This record gives sequence, structure tokens and C-alpha cells, in this order.
Amino acid sequence: MVTDLVKQFGRFAALRGVTADFAAGRLYSILGDNGAGKTTLLRTLAGLTPPTRGTISMLGSTSARAVCAQFGYMAHPSLLYDEMTGLENLGYFSRLYAIRDEGRCKEVITLVGLDPELSRPVGQYSQGMRQRMSLARALLHDPRVLLLDEPFSNVDLHSAREMVKLLGRMRDSGKTIFVVTHQAQLLEGTADEFVWMQAGKIVDRTPSLEPLKTP
Amino acid sequence: MSLLSNITAATLAKDIRLEWRSKDAINSMLFFALLVVVVFSFSFDPLAEESRQIAGGLIWVSFLFAAVVALNQTWAREIRNQVLDAYRVSPAPANSLFLAKALGNFIFVAILEALMTPLFVMFYKLRPLGPAWQLIPIAALGTWALVVNGTFFAAMSLRTRAREIMLPLLLFPISIPALLAMVRSTTAILTGEESAKFWIVLLLAYDVVFTTGCLLLFETVLQAE
Amino acid sequence: MKKIFPILAILTAGLLSYALYEALIVAPTEQTMGDVQRIFYYHVPSAWTAFLLFTINFVASIVYLIRRNSRADAVAVVTAEVGVVFCTVVLVTGPLWARPVWGIWWTWDVRLTSTLVLWLIYVSYIMLRRFSTSGQTPVLAAALAVFGALDVPLVYFSIWYFRTQHPQPVIGGGGSIDPRMLHVLLINWLAFSCFAFLICWSRYRLERLQRDVEEMQSLESLLEPRSVR
Repeated sequence: MVTDLVKQFGRFAALRGVTADFAAGRLYSILGDNGAGKTTLLRTLAGLTPPTRGTISMLGSTSARAVCAQFGYMAHPSLLYDEMTGLENLGYFSRLYAIRDEGRCKEVITLVGLDPELSRPVGQYSQGMRQRMSLARALLHDPRVLLLDEPFSNVDLHSAREMVKLLGRMRDSGKTIFVVTHQAQLLEGTADEFVWMQAGKIVDRTPSLEPLKTP
Repeated sequence: MSLLSNITAATLAKDIRLEWRSKDAINSMLFFALLVVVVFSFSFDPLAEESRQIAGGLIWVSFLFAAVVALNQTWAREIRNQVLDAYRVSPAPANSLFLAKALGNFIFVAILEALMTPLFVMFYKLRPLGPAWQLIPIAALGTWALVVNGTFFAAMSLRTRAREIMLPLLLFPISIPALLAMVRSTTAILTGEESAKFWIVLLLAYDVVFTTGCLLLFETVLQAE
Repeated sequence: MKKIFPILAILTAGLLSYALYEALIVAPTEQTMGDVQRIFYYHVPSAWTAFLLFTINFVASIVYLIRRNSRADAVAVVTAEVGVVFCTVVLVTGPLWARPVWGIWWTWDVRLTSTLVLWLIYVSYIMLRRFSTSGQTPVLAAALAVFGALDVPLVYFSIWYFRTQHPQPVIGGGGSIDPRMLHVLLINWLAFSCFAFLICWSRYRLERLQRDVEEMQSLESLLEPRSVR
């Protein structure tokens, strides 16, 4: 579904000529050192950063804006309002996506394993809960493509494993999922492919976590 | 179109609710407004006759200060936790976000103005000699002029260093015709010596021109990264 | 292209000297104001040149917003900077003129005040460019330039009306102008325009060189593998 010919410069070259083809309905784990360009790649796919050169084709369109309703994005910051409860947050975002179904917010909060009735504001959540609520926000509009940047960072092991199982189920239902993470071992056995990046390029793609050939 | 207003309403409601809950900005702003009025009254202590001449300018300068402080925190909540990214990734039109923020700022600054005005009237013993009802459209149009450009430039300043000084740096020069209009029209009403009509029309023209400009260019500015 | 530059430079120098001679020696002395009035020959052409440059900036900004052409952006930067310089000349010569003639440093003269506002807007434009951390600085700056341009007629009208209510001395004199003075004025304007063109051109070349270097550096970092962190 995704054909990707990207060359991008930030102040320096964050992505130095990335060309790849990603099939639909798979879970891809993107890994690499700090500064390898993983986050930049994800943000470019999401349409948040325009590439300096090159094109991206997602879901049949070269413009991210046109198909953005099909993207679910999640990053290390929670992308939620600290002062509102989880349900209120999702209630607001559901308006952005023109979701009419009232029960959807509760449904998706329960899906990530949290209590929709929780009256604590998100700012008081533990990191694990916050990441899960952020994931709920990304799933709210049932997107076909998920772009997740470090979803497991600072999350306790149990929550992380639950999230991975959930992602597996999502993948099985036909979603395409990209996960950027330093904790790729969590995805061993669930991910369809591991995409290794280094210095702004994709250097390898393996079906499991075998060690990378030395640079 | 209805999607636009739907999201605008939702965003505005959310902002009001959040502001009401934390009361961060409200409290500090109210106190700031009071301080400004008092300081000005100490600094400019005129007789009744002179006060009408300068009060127009003083009032609007103090409103301008209050507005800048309010405008600087327009996007504060969206910057924390990078919520702005969530908005940009969604299919929601950028203009609905802009309108919601601008309207929110308008309401906020209008409340401040409503509180500061009686204080000014009291300290300067003001009594308008011209048609006082005209002060309402002047206040409304003038406030919108400041707020619409202020919200826009606040978004621009997000992408700069020295964010808080950048907003007034950009806002003040562009707002000069509007400021002139606000001050002169208010003075005209207070002194009763001239007609404020030209200024009101100018403010209206200013508002139309720049609201259109902001709506056309906001999406570009929002997505500029 | 590079060969023309020195020739044009010499021509411009010649033109400027000639214009100076005309302004200081040849032009007739003004009746009421005396020799001070000769500042007029610097004040007005600077203003016209500044307005011309800002107009070019406006057009370049619009072109950039539509086409995202990097040359348009370079033109915008250049004309803004040089325009501000000429604008500063106007704002300095204005009071220099007003003071001996009317005893005051500043009047709310329509054109002078409008120039002041225009100067403020473009200084804020330059500050935006300096302070911006985004990769999309040209877009933001272009948006600001459009806003500035929209503002100009409003500025002019508001000050014009303000003045009709508070009449003040008019710098530059109203009414008709002696044809010999007009002649000197136009010569000076021509000289100034050439001078402005030269400066813009060399600044533009500098800007393009800078951008080329940056691009080379980016390309280099693209090709070479970076050291592992």
C-alpha cells in the first residue's frame, strides 16, 4: 500500500534516500540507533513534515492530507490535554473526526484496557496509562494505518505486552501498523517484519530479530 | 461548512471548559488588568477636561497590554504534549481551529475590557459627551482586530525563538491603523468634538480584510514545520 | 553577467555624482525654505525607491506562496533588507528637514508617518526571518509580507484622515513644483534606483551563493555516511 521514495533534509539529512514498499495488513517494527531517522520517517508518512525531495504514496494518494482520516498517529508526548479526563479528551477528538457514535469513545478506551469512567485528568495518569490512552485516541476513528512512535517508552512490562497483543489483533483485522521503538524485543513474534534503519537509510528488513550485520 | 462550525464550536467549548477549570489565565489576567488601570491612573492624573482627551488612548493601550498577555497563551495548551500534532493529523480543517481560538480570545479580552472600563470611568471621572452607544461597535470591532491578527501571529511565533516577544513585535506594526482608529474614535465619543463614523468604517474594513487574510493563510502557517 | 557589474557600478557612481551636483549646485534655491530644502532630493527619491522595493517584495512573496520557488524567496529577502535601508534614509532625512524649517523634529505628515509604519512592518519581517526556527521560514515571512501589503492602504487612509482633523506641516510641500526642480528630482531618482538595483543585485548574488553552499553541504551529508553516535 505504501510506496515510498523519500529523500529528506532537515538542517542535516535526516533521511538520505529512503525507498521502500510496504504491504497492507502487516505490522512493521522500525528500529535503529538514535538519529537513524526513524521518527522523521514516521512523521513524514503521517504528513506532519513535508519531505525535501521524493514522494510518498499512501492508500493510493500522494497527498497525506487527502487520506489523513485513515491515519492514527501516536508519539512519545501524549497528544492529550492534561486537564481533561480520558473520556473528555476522546470526546473532543471524536468531534474532530466527525464521529457520531456516542459509545465509540468508551469502547475504544475499554479496548486498550482502561476504565472509561475514570474521573482523573490525564495529567495524573501513570505513563503506562497515558500511553494507552494516547493509543486509544489514535484508534478512535478506526484508521487503516497506524503510525506509532515509541508507544512503549516508560510503560510497565505488563501494559506493554497487552498493547502488543492489541496491535497484533489490529493487524489481523487488516490494519497496517508501523511501530518505531527501541524495545523491539516486545514485538518479537508479533511483528511481520523488522525494518532496520541507520544514518537515514533502511539497511535491512528481516522477519525476526536477528542481529544486524555490522555497519 | 457545517463541519467547520461543528468543530469550531467543539473546540471553543473545550477551551472554555478548560479555562474555567484551571482558572490559571483568568485569575492572573484579571489581576493584571486591575494593576494596569491603577498604574496608569497614578501615572496620568489629569483634570476632568484633559482626561477626556487622553483617556481614549490610555484605555486602548491598557487593553492592548492585556490582549497581548492573553494572546501569548493562546496555544500554550496545544504545545504541551504536542496536541497540535494530533490536530494537524486529523481531517479537521485548520480554519475551524483558528476561528475557535480567535473567538475564545475575543471573549476573554472582552471580559477583561468589561472589567477594566468601569475602573477607568471611575478613576478618570469619564462621561462621554458624544453618542455613547457607538462605543459598543468600536469596542467589538477594535477587539476583534487585535484578536484576529494576534491569534494568527501567535501561531506564527510558535515556530520562532523568543516566542513571547515575537508576538507583539509582529502584531503592533500591522495593527497601527486599527489602533489609531480605536483611539481616535473613542476620544471622539468622549469629547464629543468630532464624529467617529469614519473610524468605525475603517475598523470594519480592517476587520474584513484581515479576517479574510487570516482565514486564507492560516492552514499554511499551521502546517509549516 | 559578472562583467557587466563593474561597468554598471561605474555608471551608477557617475550618475550619483552628477545627481549630487545637480541637487546641490544646479537646482534653484527654494523661496521659503532656502538651501535646507535640498534634502528633498534625497528624501523623496529614497521614498520612491523604498516603495518600489517593497512592492517587488510583495510580488515575490505572493509568487513564493503560490509556487514555492526559492528564487522568489531570495528576491523577497533582498528587497526587504535594502528597502529597509532606504526607508531609514527617508525617516532620517524627514526630521532633518523639518527641524530647521518648522522647529519641530516630527510631524504627522501622511507620507512620513506611513513610511514609518512601513518601516516597522518590514523590520518585524526581518526579525521574523532571523528568529524563525522552522524550516519553512520563507512561508511565514511571505505570509507576513502579504499582511503588510494589505495593511498599507489602511495605514495611509487612517493617517490621512487623522491629519485632516489635526493639520500639521506637510513635508515636501504641496502644490506644483518648479520644472527645474522636477528635473533634478527625477535625475536623483534615477541615480538612486540604479544604486538600489546594484546593491540588490550583489546582495542577491550573495544570497544565492549562500543557499548554494547550504545545498552543497546538505548534499554532502546526504552522500557520506554519518559517524555512528
